[in-house]
Amino acid sequence: MSSTDPPVRVDSFEHLFDHGAMTPPADVSTLERVRSLQERVRQVQGTRPASTPVDTLPALSGLLPGGTLHAGGTYTVSGSSTLAAAMAAGASQAGAWCAVVGVPTFGAEAAAALGVDLARTVVLPDPGESWLPATQALVDVLGVVVLRPPSRVREGEATRLAARLRQRGAALVVLGDWPRPDVRLEVVGGAWVGLGSGHGRLAARRATVRATPRSGRPRELDLWLPGPDQQVSLVSPHAARTGDAAPALAPVREMAS
Amino acid sequence: MATRTMVLWCPDWPVRAVTWLEGLPLRAPVALMRAGRVLACSSSARVEGVRRDQRLRDAQSRCPDLVVRDYDPTLDARAFEPVLEAVEDLAPGVQSLRPGTCAVRAQGVSRFHGGEVNAAAVLAERLVSLGVEDCRFGVADGPFAAEQAARRALPQDSLVVPVGGSAEFLADLPVAVLDHPDLVSLLHRLGLRTLGALAGLPARDVLTRFGDDGAWAHRLAGGRDERAVSARKPPPDLVRRVVLEPPLDRAEQVAFSVRQTAEQLVGALADRNLVCTAVRIEVVTDDGRETERTWLHPRWFDTADLVDRVRWQLQVRAGYDGVDGAVSSPVSEVRLVPDEVDTLAHHADGLWGGPPDARVTRALSKVQGMVGHEGVASVVLTGGRSPAERQTLVPWGDDTRSAVVPERSAEMPWPGSLPPPAPATVLTERRPAVVLTAAGHPVTVTGRGALSGDPARFCARGGRDLQPVQAWAGPWPVDERWWDPDHARRYARLQVVGVDGSAWLLIVEEGQWFLEAVYD
Repeated sequence: MSSTDPPVRVDSFEHLFDHGAMTPPADVSTLERVRSLQERVRQVQGTRPASTPVDTLPALSGLLPGGTLHAGGTYTVSGSSTLAAAMAAGASQAGAWCAVVGVPTFGAEAAAALGVDLARTVVLPDPGESWLPATQALVDVLGVVVLRPPSRVREGEATRLAARLRQRGAALVVLGDWPRPDVRLEVVGGAWVGLGSGHGRLAARRATVRATPRSGRPRELDLWLPGPDQQVSLVSPHAARTGDAAPALAPVREMAS
Repeated sequence: MATRTMVLWCPDWPVRAVTWLEGLPLRAPVALMRAGRVLACSSSARVEGVRRDQRLRDAQSRCPDLVVRDYDPTLDARAFEPVLEAVEDLAPGVQSLRPGTCAVRAQGVSRFHGGEVNAAAVLAERLVSLGVEDCRFGVADGPFAAEQAARRALPQDSLVVPVGGSAEFLADLPVAVLDHPDLVSLLHRLGLRTLGALAGLPARDVLTRFGDDGAWAHRLAGGRDERAVSARKPPPDLVRRVVLEPPLDRAEQVAFSVRQTAEQLVGALADRNLVCTAVRIEVVTDDGRETERTWLHPRWFDTADLVDRVRWQLQVRAGYDGVDGAVSSPVSEVRLVPDEVDTLAHHADGLWGGPPDARVTRALSKVQGMVGHEGVASVVLTGGRSPAERQTLVPWGDDTRSAVVPERSAEMPWPGSLPPPAPATVLTERRPAVVLTAAGHPVTVTGRGALSGDPARFCARGGRDLQPVQAWAGPWPVDERWWDPDHARRYARLQVVGVDGSAWLLIVEEGQWFLEAVYD
């Protein structure tokens, strides 16, 4: 929903001078000017922009504020390893390095099918006690770090890691629980298609993903996770309405070969 | 005119190399295996009836206390290095023909020692003092004739073929010595059983009938071996050793003591415009044991990397208790041997900064310092039938190509493997599961690959809670390595979706269900 974001920002900006409700200005050139001015103010102040976007799969943009993952952001994913891998796939495709920490069950083949480049992926299956310093060292240089903390994370540890993340520009995807994440993603429902009682095979999954930002209303989206083409994509509104997925299934005969 | 050549031959060199490097008793029966068959064996094993090309089981049945090792060509070459150095001391210009066999130009050394026989005797004495008690010398015109002469000499003795007598000496030898199986078999079938018979044919006829290989064999058989002995260039001495006196028993202490030497090594390499991409670290402990390991680096080793590798090697050794870094027995010596060096030009940073991934490499090396060498891994997709077989972890920095052995290639067809999508959670160790029919009986798979009943309830998470099956498909039977009774496996896979929408990959083997992977 990136098209709706800038007007909101302008709205609050304009509030300084004008009270009451007002419609966002439709003039795009004014928006552009305001944005470039904001950018210049940031440069003069010498601080990093609050959020540098990290390349993200287009299918996930509807779930994330601003439409992408942001450098320095923390995202928790519960209920789906596929979703966690998909969060890293966009950055990996764009050339960033990714790490998977504390997930000995990482399914590399599935991740590769989603678009994670395994040549630029490192796995720390069991970092043990040193998971936090290892993660801190990794976020210094890597684009996206997928982490499953082996134990409960204390608030202080999370804050320190978050500071480091913002400084270095990496995004952290946590499988499990994390204190005060930027966005909490969870799979709240879904169904596999392609499997009957005794025939067919798993072909694709439609999943309803709920994203709860730290501030703001939760959003829900229907995603193919993964789709019949192994990719993550939006379930088209038509399919969502009729409830009939019907992806092109390979004939059962293929299974026998 | 063929070069007058002296050849040194050490019989059973691969076996010798292993006994030597592992410190086995000299008379121990040893066999080296390649692809499940005996490649070489010691003379004591041969007495017991072990033969080349025997299967392991046959060899062990002949000689129960046989010491079996896998054949490692690099080991051969490494063990031969001191021998080459010893020969080089006495006779400059050594050419290593293969591990266990080397050639020198006979002229200089024989003039210096007053004759070819004397020269061979001097060399033999030197080698025996080095511990190579079975060395044989042959002197003839050309390396081929000289090698054949060495193979017919007695231990520690030499066989000298007079100048111009090579053709006569070779005439009685069987054609099999040519070491060219196709040609030898052809010659045999044509009734040419000795080199003399081959040499007696007109050269042009041999060329038209047998081609270049035949012409080459014809020249060798006629004693016209024109190959010169090209001296090897001795590699620069880059090995660095640290002798620890008194021996140290903590990995940190050893690593600290090694730092300066590692710096010297990196400096010595830099002086030659070289960098080291693979290093072998040999650790000698107080009780005389020696362990070694080769480490590769994704870029090249600097001082800190070398010190890290020494520390890791000490830490992974048996007996490391992991708490205070004590090693099992005190370390008395550490040797750093650059295994692979490359010119700096191939690795240098450009003026505009290093290669894009240099920062990543450095950071990952740092993380390896925290979680150990094996703790950071790259993933390689390999071939296999189960999801766990289809991915392999390779420690970061090691050669990922070495993980993809031909028999695990992802390119091969893997009948019985499941089509995509691949499961996102792959269990490293399968967990017990339960699948029941509606009547509550365990579901089994018959010999013909059919289920005993439709699965109705299952439990994959562990525990006792059964959940109803919403959809399922299978079984897809797999019959693995049925030709090999020791490794044969029969099992079947089942995809199951529970009523809560979770999807599971189950496997049944010998009546027992296991969870293999989760589609989550």
